[in-house]
Amino acid sequence: MEKKVKDSSSRRKFIRNFGLSLGTVAVAGPAATAMGPPDTGSGETVTLLSPDGTLVEVDRSSIKKAKAQTKEQIRKSYAGIPDRKFVMVIDLAKCKNARKCVDACQEGHMLPGDHEWIKIQLLQDSEMTGKYWFPKPCYHCDSPLCVSVCPVGATYKREDGIVLVDNKRCIGCKFCMTACPYSARVFNWKDPEVDLPRDHVYDPELNVPPVEGTVGKCVFCADKLRNNELPRCVKACPMGVIYFGDINEDAVTNGVETLRFSSLMVDKHGYRHMEELGTMPSVYYLPPVNRMYPVEIGFEDLDESISDRYSKKDFKKSGKTRK
Amino acid sequence: MNQANRESFLRDLTPEIGKTSRSWYIVFGILMLVFIIGIYGLIRQIDKGHIVTGMRDNVVWGVYIVNFIFFMGLSYAGALVSGTLHLFRTPWRAPVIRLAELITVISLAIGPFFIFFCVGRLERIPYILAFPRIQSPIVWDVIAILTDVFGAAIFLFVSFIEDFAILRDAEDLQIAPWKKKMYRILSLGYQGTPKQKRILTFSRNVMAAMIIAIAIIVYSVLAWIFGVTLQPGWHSTIFGPYFVIAAVFSGVGLLIILMAIFRKIYHLEKYITLKHFVNLGIILFVIAAFFGYFTFSDYLTKWYGSVKMDKILIDKLFTEFKTYFIFANYIGILTPVIIIAIPRLRTINNITIASVIALLALWVNRYIIIVPTLETPFIPIQDTRHDWLFYSPTWVEWSLTLAGVAVFGMLFMIISKLAPIVSISELEEAAEKDNHKI
Repeated sequence: MEKKVKDSSSRRKFIRNFGLSLGTVAVAGPAATAMGPPDTGSGETVTLLSPDGTLVEVDRSSIKKAKAQTKEQIRKSYAGIPDRKFVMVIDLAKCKNARKCVDACQEGHMLPGDHEWIKIQLLQDSEMTGKYWFPKPCYHCDSPLCVSVCPVGATYKREDGIVLVDNKRCIGCKFCMTACPYSARVFNWKDPEVDLPRDHVYDPELNVPPVEGTVGKCVFCADKLRNNELPRCVKACPMGVIYFGDINEDAVTNGVETLRFSSLMVDKHGYRHMEELGTMPSVYYLPPVNRMYPVEIGFEDLDESISDRYSKKDFKKSGKTRK
Repeated sequence: MNQANRESFLRDLTPEIGKTSRSWYIVFGILMLVFIIGIYGLIRQIDKGHIVTGMRDNVVWGVYIVNFIFFMGLSYAGALVSGTLHLFRTPWRAPVIRLAELITVISLAIGPFFIFFCVGRLERIPYILAFPRIQSPIVWDVIAILTDVFGAAIFLFVSFIEDFAILRDAEDLQIAPWKKKMYRILSLGYQGTPKQKRILTFSRNVMAAMIIAIAIIVYSVLAWIFGVTLQPGWHSTIFGPYFVIAAVFSGVGLLIILMAIFRKIYHLEKYITLKHFVNLGIILFVIAAFFGYFTFSDYLTKWYGSVKMDKILIDKLFTEFKTYFIFANYIGILTPVIIIAIPRLRTINNITIASVIALLALWVNRYIIIVPTLETPFIPIQDTRHDWLFYSPTWVEWSLTLAGVAVFGMLFMIISKLAPIVSISELEEAAEKDNHKI
């Protein structure tokens, strides 16, 4: 299932990401062009950065492309990051449906425009209570039904709490999608036609590219976490809605402020969505109280296709019902 | 053994073994055409991806899964019915038991293909055997179905051995040499000696008992694929027995329909009589009553309480799916019950019509178990794309569904050319018993 390979501007970024995380030789500047097939005995030298940080000169002919192995990446992705237990806190009081998290996620994971690994729902718990914006990533449950029902082990729970999908293993039976009570998973109904960087190596931690006939979902940006970076949605959010952290360290951060997780949960009364289902999500919510913005602000500057989502009644009136 | 009896049985029951009639070719050709259209649909689906189906992120399982449950149900029902008729030595079983056995094996050959159509990456199906995880109900189901395939095949084979021996010994039957040879091999040297008879009877009894148990277990496992999820409407303790009863309901219905068809085209009026239709009709009646009772108690408990998700689901069933619901759960159950309950209405035509309605209703019943639940996830669907909100099957799904039905017909037609569609040995046994009585 080789995808069309095309040069793209993000190529170097990928080299950096994957090169560094593998501990292979990082190639800087013009040397990137030297990654092609080696010429024999050219006599030219190339300056490279060695793993210990010194610059070295190497004959161009002796350079061989260091190729990261997909198998190794998958094996590594099973292990998780040692001594971590990741947790996300979403402060519903701050969310105004800016959708920057969605955009960043789609860009980072090369998702087609209609695939959302983080969705923003407009919820209302009962008739008399207020509406609120509700960002919904994968909950990376501690008792994940999706993992239990997968017949081939394509989706798995790691020690650090993250649930991943290996789309090289996934057979596309979609049982996980029916088992997940939070509709967190998306299916690739057709070939996503992603232009991959040439040196791209598949890694379930990034889960790029999406593969036709398999399931995809939020991966908590496990690739970023490996490099001690925050997930894309956390960094992209202009309101600082999403906090991310580690239960073992008892700290969460939205990139601006870092808070103690346990006291945040007590003081602001954190909760997990549909606790009664017993899936034990790793995503906590802070209730939408003392809100910074009225909920209506979330409708501003929205594409019609997006704003229509939240007005289902009008939608039915317009004749778009079951035939 | 009565030689005259046997000759007339052979003449009547094997009209297609020796020669092939023109209508056989015509019907087979039509079914083949339907099958080819289905294959074209499948090629489209493999080429363009599952986007050509009506399935989307919420309704991830559609008509394919409905067909899968439906055909597997027919298969288990065939096993249950033939196994029970055999074990209890039901006196009138002889002309119908072979049909039930054939339903078992043929449906079983078709059902799993619908799972393959539903799977996103066909070429990775072997992964289930290579990397199985026993926690997954799909793996339970794979184990169960494989067990069932072997069980049903052995059950069918041991019940065929006597007939193969009869065909092998039939001198005046005009058949091709390769068929003769096939019968000689398949009859395993059966000569009807007392010892052979004893062994064969014993094997058939054991297999009949086993096939009943396997059918119940295997179909419950299939039901648990849905039961173990948390989805409203699926997360129900009744699903195992409910599915088993539903399966028998459809299987008995199909058996009656096939009886009517073969009675007509093979002129078996002498062998398959109103008595058989009424007896099977009564089984259909009892099963319909059970099925209605299970359906009622499942929906009553959901409807009476006020759990949010159950209420949304029931509302959906009573509004958007009203027509389906009424057809599946009122008409489909009440029609056979009424027709069988009133003796005056018990004609062959009426019972057959009731069976057709029961069979179609059960398919719809499966549809409204699968689709409405998937359209009502816990977190409401907020989407503008019509097909993301409402599932409706596309021509690809229908073409493959019809192809499944066509293959069912074709396999029946092929088998009718290789072996008697009514068990000759059973008929002989029954005839002998009658003689003894006189």
